[in-house]
Amino acid sequence: MHAVDHVDNARRFLALTDNQAFLDRNLWGLRQKRDAQMKAHPEWQALRTLASEIKEHALSHLDDYLEMFERNALANGVHVHWAEDAEAHNRIVHQLLTAHGVKTLVKSKSMLTEECDMRPYLAERGIEVVETDLGERIQQLDNEMPSHVVVPAVHKLARDVSKVFARTLGTDPDNHDPHYLAERQREATRPLMLAAQAGMTGCNFAVAETGAVTVCTNEGNADLSANLPPLHLVSIGIEKIIPRQQDLGVFIRLLSRSALGSPITQYTSHFRAPRRGGEMHFILVDNGRSARLAMADFWYSLKCIRCSACMNTCPVYRRSGGLSYGGVYSGPIGAIIDPTMDFKRYSTLPFASTLNGSCTHVCPVKINIHEQIYKWRELVAEQHDLPFIKRSAMKTAGIILSHPLLYRGMVKAMHTTVPYLPSALVNSPLNAWCEGRELPPMPKQSFRQWYVEHRQHNDPHGVHTS
Amino acid sequence: MDVALFIPCFIDACFPQVGVATLELLERLGCSVSYPMKQTCCGQPMANSGCHKDAEATERLFVRNFAEYDVIVGPSASCVHHIRHHLDHLEQTDEVQHVRQNTFELVEFLHDVLKVEAFPWASFPHRIGLHNSCSSLRGLREASMTEIDEPFFSKPKALLEKVAGIEFVMPQRPDECCGFGGTFSVTEAPVSVKMGQDKVTDHHTAGAEYIVSADMSCLMHQQGCAKRMGLDIGFLHIAQVLNGVSEQERAHARG
Repeated sequence: MHAVDHVDNARRFLALTDNQAFLDRNLWGLRQKRDAQMKAHPEWQALRTLASEIKEHALSHLDDYLEMFERNALANGVHVHWAEDAEAHNRIVHQLLTAHGVKTLVKSKSMLTEECDMRPYLAERGIEVVETDLGERIQQLDNEMPSHVVVPAVHKLARDVSKVFARTLGTDPDNHDPHYLAERQREATRPLMLAAQAGMTGCNFAVAETGAVTVCTNEGNADLSANLPPLHLVSIGIEKIIPRQQDLGVFIRLLSRSALGSPITQYTSHFRAPRRGGEMHFILVDNGRSARLAMADFWYSLKCIRCSACMNTCPVYRRSGGLSYGGVYSGPIGAIIDPTMDFKRYSTLPFASTLNGSCTHVCPVKINIHEQIYKWRELVAEQHDLPFIKRSAMKTAGIILSHPLLYRGMVKAMHTTVPYLPSALVNSPLNAWCEGRELPPMPKQSFRQWYVEHRQHNDPHGVHTS
Repeated sequence: MDVALFIPCFIDACFPQVGVATLELLERLGCSVSYPMKQTCCGQPMANSGCHKDAEATERLFVRNFAEYDVIVGPSASCVHHIRHHLDHLEQTDEVQHVRQNTFELVEFLHDVLKVEAFPWASFPHRIGLHNSCSSLRGLREASMTEIDEPFFSKPKALLEKVAGIEFVMPQRPDECCGFGGTFSVTEAPVSVKMGQDKVTDHHTAGAEYIVSADMSCLMHQQGCAKRMGLDIGFLHIAQVLNGVSEQERAHARG
């Protein structure tokens, strides 16, 4: 599969000027609300440190805690399955649904099932999956991936949603009122929830000590998915383990404040055992996580609690939109975890960053995101996955800049030629520079030349080294 | 104080006036300034692109050029950040360690080392928007950042406040990246340009006549965007303002 062309994807999103402005304004609004919450909590930095330490502890004892989680879940009457990869996850889900004669699965948003491409897998086998999260449902009906881990359809304007719903749910195409649209979706989805034979949720936190999972949503859809049908499946990434019940408080306090700037999600639901007469299944999924855990520079990314603070603050994400990253996880966190899943396909993402570092400082679990992006670039270059033009440009630059004489010759050549260059040069970095910018006016001489003329006689070091 | 002057490649080639202002300013403040003649670049363009192997020879040259000096000062936070925080691929000899620990960005040097109290020769009666580059803000911690709750501080602002006549205007998003990002500006041009446009628009809307920064690379990008957009706004390096901006420089800064 080809590498994601983030540049081209971004260019197309930027052309949708209203959508881009809307996305930027909305997400920056979330960042500001997050800042207000952070400022209202003097212990915020201590909480971040604690969260980071709990996660690092859990990840460095992951085998023990996973086994503890399984033991306790089994004792609670939950069935536990282990899935090494996406295929295994989907196969387990399919087998369970088939065994129960399920034709319709209602599902609350789960990035892990997106990661596993579960929906098309089940669709091919005759099982309909209905997303119950409003944003995720919009994306499903529009055949798009979520563009954001918390607000999946945040790149769409109300008029875009209206178009999707008019096409798929038969709503009034001229009515763009969000309340009207949300209500129609609710009316369309509720009967499906009531009739569904199985429900599926993701998992925000899996508590080893109790064998319970916690799911955070703002629409209550996870509770409906979990409680209405007799069969409840939970997809759990193995990195979601936290050791103790009391650790939950740390993460619950950080999660929604970092994500939406709200003190807590509307619904923070804890599931410990199957409901009476029902069945509950946990599917613990690796899908590359244990391999990432072994990567010295990158295992910290497993601390991620999927709050999206890094996306909301990311100036690149707010311009390019989430779909431009071409992966399930977008933004800064996507740039560091997508390459662990498919290096070739996502090798361009670490370059979709200015390394400004804002992401690292909003991260509630202190993932050194921009440092990992920097590290990934090195790995991409070492694996010879840089585009040829960039590769050769850097090689040439490395040679010129390490030889003072060559460098001086180049500067001189620049001063004599650049002022006379045609404004649009083909196949040149100048071409991309001039896409939306003017070149600076070229001076007649370099600083060094000025220095030789004006100061060198005063400088004993300068004279003998020239 | 004896100081070695580090003039980054793009300032040497494209913005010699910034190098001159830095040199004159340091001399005015009583420093004895040497300029090692064989200097070129810090290695950052290659390293930021992941090409550490291609950066190594340039980084070694940097160390060779500057190792004999006690203090090295350069007017660019991103280059100084590279030297201090990213020279990890070289063998960490005494020379390398010495250079890493003793290279200062101009603002830090004036604020933390020389502790300059006044710039009596400088006057700049204009409304300015201060642009802190991400390298100076989050890399070298020259100012407080909005991501974490810390008491406000700004070393560049503290210095500029000592220049007569300056009025500061505050953009809506003071520490949002402007989108330069080194080779990012070329390889991701569409996003880079949009970020630059948004940045200069933010400053322009706030009423800035000039945007002042310790990083000329950000300014080069922003100036390019502003010019294409037809915005009337000037761009000056902080060294120029602290050194006292000539009429000619002011005219040049407004393009």
